[in-house]
Amino acid sequence: MPEVADSPREADQPHESLIAHFGADKPLKLDAGVELTPFQVAYKTYGTLNAERSNVVLICHALTGDQHVASIHPVTRKSGWWETMVGPGRPIDTERYFVICPNVVGACMGTTGPSSTDPKTGKPWGLDFPVITIRDMVRAQAMLLDHLGIESLFAVAGGSMGGMQVLQWAASYPQRVFCALPIACATRHSAQNIAFHEVGRQAIMADPEWRGGRYLLEDSNPRRGLAVARMGAHITYLSDAALHRKFGRKFQDRANPTFSFDADFEVESYLRHQGISFVERFDANSYLYLTRAMDYFDLAADYNGILAKAFTGTPTRFCVVSFTSDWLFPTFESRAIVHALNAASARVSFAEIVTDKGHDAFLLDEPELFAIVRGFLDGAGKARGLAARG
Amino acid sequence: MSAVSHAGSNLNVASPANASGSTRVDLVLVAQMVEYGAKVLDVGCGDGQLLRLLSETRGVDGRGIELSREGVNECVAKGLAVIQGDADTDLADYPDDAFDYVILSQTLQATRHPRIVLEHMLRIGRRAVVSFPNFGHWQVRLQLLFAGHMPRTDILPFSWYDTPNIHHCTIKDFRQLCTAIGVKMEKAVALNAWGSPLRLNAPWWFWNLFGEQAVFLLSRKG
Repeated sequence: MPEVADSPREADQPHESLIAHFGADKPLKLDAGVELTPFQVAYKTYGTLNAERSNVVLICHALTGDQHVASIHPVTRKSGWWETMVGPGRPIDTERYFVICPNVVGACMGTTGPSSTDPKTGKPWGLDFPVITIRDMVRAQAMLLDHLGIESLFAVAGGSMGGMQVLQWAASYPQRVFCALPIACATRHSAQNIAFHEVGRQAIMADPEWRGGRYLLEDSNPRRGLAVARMGAHITYLSDAALHRKFGRKFQDRANPTFSFDADFEVESYLRHQGISFVERFDANSYLYLTRAMDYFDLAADYNGILAKAFTGTPTRFCVVSFTSDWLFPTFESRAIVHALNAASARVSFAEIVTDKGHDAFLLDEPELFAIVRGFLDGAGKARGLAARG
Repeated sequence: MSAVSHAGSNLNVASPANASGSTRVDLVLVAQMVEYGAKVLDVGCGDGQLLRLLSETRGVDGRGIELSREGVNECVAKGLAVIQGDADTDLADYPDDAFDYVILSQTLQATRHPRIVLEHMLRIGRRAVVSFPNFGHWQVRLQLLFAGHMPRTDILPFSWYDTPNIHHCTIKDFRQLCTAIGVKMEKAVALNAWGSPLRLNAPWWFWNLFGEQAVFLLSRKG
């Protein structure tokens, strides 16, 4: 396992990734009113671009995801985070589609973020990195596509924060998006979700090792704070029923309680493991910036509070998916998207999938989700004139 | 009582066709009332059979609403643009004139507010196609009259206590509703118990007695 001290290098020189550099002539104009320049976008591609350049699928990753969607992660050596969905013969079939997955701006796996080196100072950005938004992430992705000479996307897909980017893509660049798959997401972050994020941020900032955000300069790392943030967040990704099914009240490697604060229960041990393993691959300041970007997301607010106006006259086909046990982005949030799309006369499919796996269901083995994504893309592929899988 | 005469000149009757394969006759009839290439909303689209038929035979741009989650997910997996929703509550979200046709196939009797649903259909769409089981059919009447229990037939197979059908109507009732809300009846077809269309020049009472189900093409008046 690589040392944590390696992570700044991953931020500047990501392994097993392609990098697009944007110099002073191509600054990223941020919602915060400043420009990010120079900056870089790390990304991965899978499959082959066809001659018409009409088979591109953009995958938008979630808060703690990255570009390693369908291949071994260079830090954890684990399989890609969406290998069940993306790959040869998978619903997003890399033998048919050319898949691009960029690391978002503000993240820590090679696209410019707070742990990247600021070329003006030669030191990590830290809290001098400007606050970014979901729209900024999408702008950077659009610049990447321009850089690659890709005018339009066959599909944009993503769950959670990835779904927010999908919605922003459809709103910002309707002519570039043939079909959109926003999964387990919402057009705005709820007060409850902002509250959970704030708890996570405070856990990081309360760790003395955070050092006011300057831990990289001071050879430190707020591991405990970030682990606690992850533990809290992880609970919101599951469900009461799933936790009960997986762990119940079972003890961890013992028959009786120890009458101490050890991880007596399996669920405690599991959460501690989630926290510790997360710290190995993620940067605490990135966690602050990305949760902030999600908190600020409110698509309707950009259209005088009328969500349907975000999609007026849209040519994009939508497939909205939610999960019954997702209490982070409950079905009513997806239904609000669907209502707005109906009001805009958009072509929309909407399915709610029955599962007890909670918000994380979009990343897990959900055969119904796979059937829906496959069927939706097949239908859209026919309309787009994409050749069937050879 | 109705101002619209059944066999009158203002009521064109669609020419029925034989059902091909296993496709239901009433669906074929509905499909024939839809212009080629139209934009269609199918309310209560079930497993998407009609949407598929419309897409394959009439080249329509079809959308669907379905109450059952299983039906919706099956439709979406087939590549159809279908959402989970309720005819009684979700039609209000659609803007005026969003569709050329709004179809309600064998669903009217299961809605909570049939009149409001019908009004929404003709607000959202320029035309509406409605098919429903005729509760005035002689088998229904005989069961209630002689057996003394709530009727159960091939197309109304439910017991009174578990039926989704809460607003049964007869062909006569439906025509009266259309008149009451000022809807123009452009075409109508009634099918007998064997799925064959009834004689076109038969009087309305004959349709109401021998039609097991009916299909109406409606438009806004004026």
